[in-house]
Amino acid sequence: MAMNEANLQVSKAQVPAIPIWRKWGQTATFKELISDIWNDNPTFRMVLALCPTMGATNMAINGFTQGVATMFATAASSITIALIRNFVPSEVRIAAYMIVIAAYVSLVDIILKAFLPPLAQALGPYVPLIITNCFVLGRAEAFASKNGPWLSFVDAIGVGLGFTLSLTLIGIVREILGFGTVFQMPLLGDAWIPWVFMIVPGGAFVTVGLYVGLVRQFSPGGSVEET
Amino acid sequence: MDILLIVIGAVLTNNILLTAFLGLCPFVGVSGQYSSASGMGMAVIFVLTLTVPSNWLINHFVLEPFGMEYLQFITFIVTIAFVVQMVEMFMKRFSPELYNALGIFLPLITVNCAIFGASLWAMQLWKFNFVQGAAFGFGGGVGWALAILAMAAIRERLKMAPIPQGMRGAGITLIIIGLMALGFAGFTGMINLQQFAGS
Repeated sequence: MAMNEANLQVSKAQVPAIPIWRKWGQTATFKELISDIWNDNPTFRMVLALCPTMGATNMAINGFTQGVATMFATAASSITIALIRNFVPSEVRIAAYMIVIAAYVSLVDIILKAFLPPLAQALGPYVPLIITNCFVLGRAEAFASKNGPWLSFVDAIGVGLGFTLSLTLIGIVREILGFGTVFQMPLLGDAWIPWVFMIVPGGAFVTVGLYVGLVRQFSPGGSVEET
Repeated sequence: MDILLIVIGAVLTNNILLTAFLGLCPFVGVSGQYSSASGMGMAVIFVLTLTVPSNWLINHFVLEPFGMEYLQFITFIVTIAFVVQMVEMFMKRFSPELYNALGIFLPLITVNCAIFGASLWAMQLWKFNFVQGAAFGFGGGVGWALAILAMAAIRERLKMAPIPQGMRGAGITLIIIGLMALGFAGFTGMINLQQFAGS
């Protein structure tokens, strides 16, 4: 024991001090987080969770709120599922996960209605649709059912951040072209004639389609398998 | 007459896919092949027609009398899972040929946002009564099936088209749905589902 401690002292003295962010950058947790944000991006890479993506992104702030709400629900349900994974029989696990997710999404919905009524009004029924969001259940099934609570939490936060990022990007484009503003601050001025097309459903489909196409076309090593 | 109007409205003016984005993930995933698209479309019609009324019954006779509307999401999800499971077992027993046609699509449907979303729309947004809700469920299913069949036919043509590599698959599909949504926007105002709300 004493020997070990002595060794540790020596090695600490010899190795030059590494800045703390470098150390974080080397940990498995951090790598997991980065890989989740970009490689497993639900919208642009996996093309999942499309209904909330489109229904909630007519303005940047709506997309951002929806993303944060999803991140919270995913993180909370991932922790819970990681904690109960050993007690749930595998035949009924999907049903059990759905109930856990539904409980947290109800919580998010009630919180939004209580503290941010205008945003809750704007998002409307798209908040409850987080329950049937394919990637929330997908994360629970693929990750939280096999890993401990901490890693599951990091994984959920990573995917949630990626989702928030993509929703905000879509919302910014649609808001600039559709209203001429960014986060409700005027950007393009009065001379801009708003494109109503970007606010109606058709514009949402085309915007997301172009984003997905561009990301796939220009991302290095991006796999394109379908016809 | 109202019922017919609601069905037509749910198919054309308020198509759940093209105006509310419901059920978009399976739409993009399954519309690649005509045969699986028609199977999925039939399954969605079938399940929507059953789940919207059963959710309405639960909501009206259990949740509302006890003031437990905050449990709506959980109960809807459980009801949908239950109904889909029942339908699957019933079909397997009494109609094997239908089961063979729709069987593999039924479990997928439990996490289809169109099913859950249509119940929410009927109950929270428009506050339909029982018969109107059933009509909306059926019409919504028909509208979804119509859209996916049209899309599958278009995508069969697209297989030979010169599309940039990154746009293939999901990208071009989403853009075509966008154009289809613009076309369906022409029906807007023909029937206003809002006028039936809460009556």
